[in-house]
Amino acid sequence: MIDINKIRSDFPVLANKVYGKPLVYFDNAATTQKPEMVINAMKEAYTTYYSNIHRGVHALSDISSEKYESAREKVRSFIKAGTAEEIIFTAGTTASINLVAFSFGERYIKSGDEVLISELEHHANIVPWQMMCERKNAHLKVIPVNDDGSLRIEEISRLITDKTKLVAITQVSNALGVIMPVKEIIQKAHEYNIPVLVDGAQGIQHGHVDVRDLDCDFYAFSGHKIYGPTGIGILYGKKKWLEEMPPYQGGGDMVERVSFEKTTYNKLPFKFEAGTTNFVGAIGIAKALDYIESVGMEDIISHEKELTEYSCTRIKEIDGIKIYGDTNNKISILSFLIDKVHQYDAGMILDKMGIAVRTGSHCAQPVMTRFGIDGTIRASMCFYNTKEEIDVLINGIEKVREMML
Amino acid sequence: MSDHERTIEEVQNEIIDDFSLFNDWMERYNHLIEHGKDLPVIEEKYKNNEYLIEGCQSRVWLYPEFIDGKIYFKADSDAIITKGIVALLIKVLSGRTPDEIVNSDLYFIDRVGLRQNLSPTRSNGLLAMLKQMKMYALAFKAKQNN
Repeated sequence: MIDINKIRSDFPVLANKVYGKPLVYFDNAATTQKPEMVINAMKEAYTTYYSNIHRGVHALSDISSEKYESAREKVRSFIKAGTAEEIIFTAGTTASINLVAFSFGERYIKSGDEVLISELEHHANIVPWQMMCERKNAHLKVIPVNDDGSLRIEEISRLITDKTKLVAITQVSNALGVIMPVKEIIQKAHEYNIPVLVDGAQGIQHGHVDVRDLDCDFYAFSGHKIYGPTGIGILYGKKKWLEEMPPYQGGGDMVERVSFEKTTYNKLPFKFEAGTTNFVGAIGIAKALDYIESVGMEDIISHEKELTEYSCTRIKEIDGIKIYGDTNNKISILSFLIDKVHQYDAGMILDKMGIAVRTGSHCAQPVMTRFGIDGTIRASMCFYNTKEEIDVLINGIEKVREMML
Repeated sequence: MSDHERTIEEVQNEIIDDFSLFNDWMERYNHLIEHGKDLPVIEEKYKNNEYLIEGCQSRVWLYPEFIDGKIYFKADSDAIITKGIVALLIKVLSGRTPDEIVNSDLYFIDRVGLRQNLSPTRSNGLLAMLKQMKMYALAFKAKQNN
């Protein structure tokens, strides 16, 4: 069981008041708050051993380099990858997906080829593929979803053709919270020898991830959504792909030898880490993963499940609520609309009550189009949230209805 | 006296006085919502992309008419609070000459706490509405001088 008071005291922001009211932070799918441990680890990096990595002969550079590489090892063990060379530090999920879209595209995609995604993708798992398809004269195909947000997995066999070169799929829908059957999709795609990229931005912080068990070819996630800092993310890729793919960006650190006639590239993972990387961010993300392990993923899962069930039950007590992604197979995201109330009005009023939710399309406009709406109100919870906070939200929604109807 | 028989300053000061009566944000929002109900509503046929203002989280349509040297605005929004905000702008700027609109300094936005209490994107929505009103004023002025 989670010691909720202890946990909340680990996150300084949670003690804040907004407009004189205690903050109810339900925008965790956008970004999560940081435990003091993470903040302190980054402060320590800047105040005690800060120096550029890999280049120095001096003591501080050695410490920075060592911390950076142990951060990589931490990420490796957290997602149970085979080797640390398969862990690339990027700026975030978006950067990771763009890297694959470019480098995989350059190496393997030809005119007429196809990339398969789902109808529930975040823009970050749509637009990079569209850009790549435009470059390569390839086509993007989309797996549809049912009215409850579940994937129409039976469509995959119909959509896969001998032109399909990659499947890119989110692990969890950021707009609805629905969990996707990624393992099944990967198995299916692999029957046709098609590699699969998993967008783990909304998955990694809510459950165990074992990339070898999943057998995904690429897995992308962001530091800031898993209680780590902004500006750092991860791309896991199977070595066989990463070795064959050309570099994404050129610059320092990614080279072995440079001359004006010919440049040779560094080995993995450095081949994909051009320029001075966000090594302080890497130190931060490693500390965030330490923190999660100290709380325990099992306890996180069970606490969040309780919040999901409680919030779904309570919100259904209110008249005129429609939940999008109304299924049990979801993480602690509640995406909904109040009948006859614009989501933006609701969000503005909830804000003044100290409740932080997100309104709009959540960077997933095709999802809104699928359900014939402009946007939703999204309350996204995580393990530091409480049932009492859900009660505050429910009262807030009642108040919104009172004012608007 | 109707709004456009008074100066822009007088109307703004009245709005500031009204808002100063309210202590909390819920009351202010309620007041904004009430203003929205007085909005001169745009005809359905003008609620199209041509009159849609970009940069707002909710949809806002703004339609100008130029009558006897003055500009009259009608608008609508699918969000009620936004409708209140555009209603305030119209209350101050509708029925004015292009010059009055172009040269207006809308200090009431800050004074009733709209600018600092709206997030940047929402604030841009408000500023986008204002910018559009000034654009129309410039366009009518150019037309008038031709």
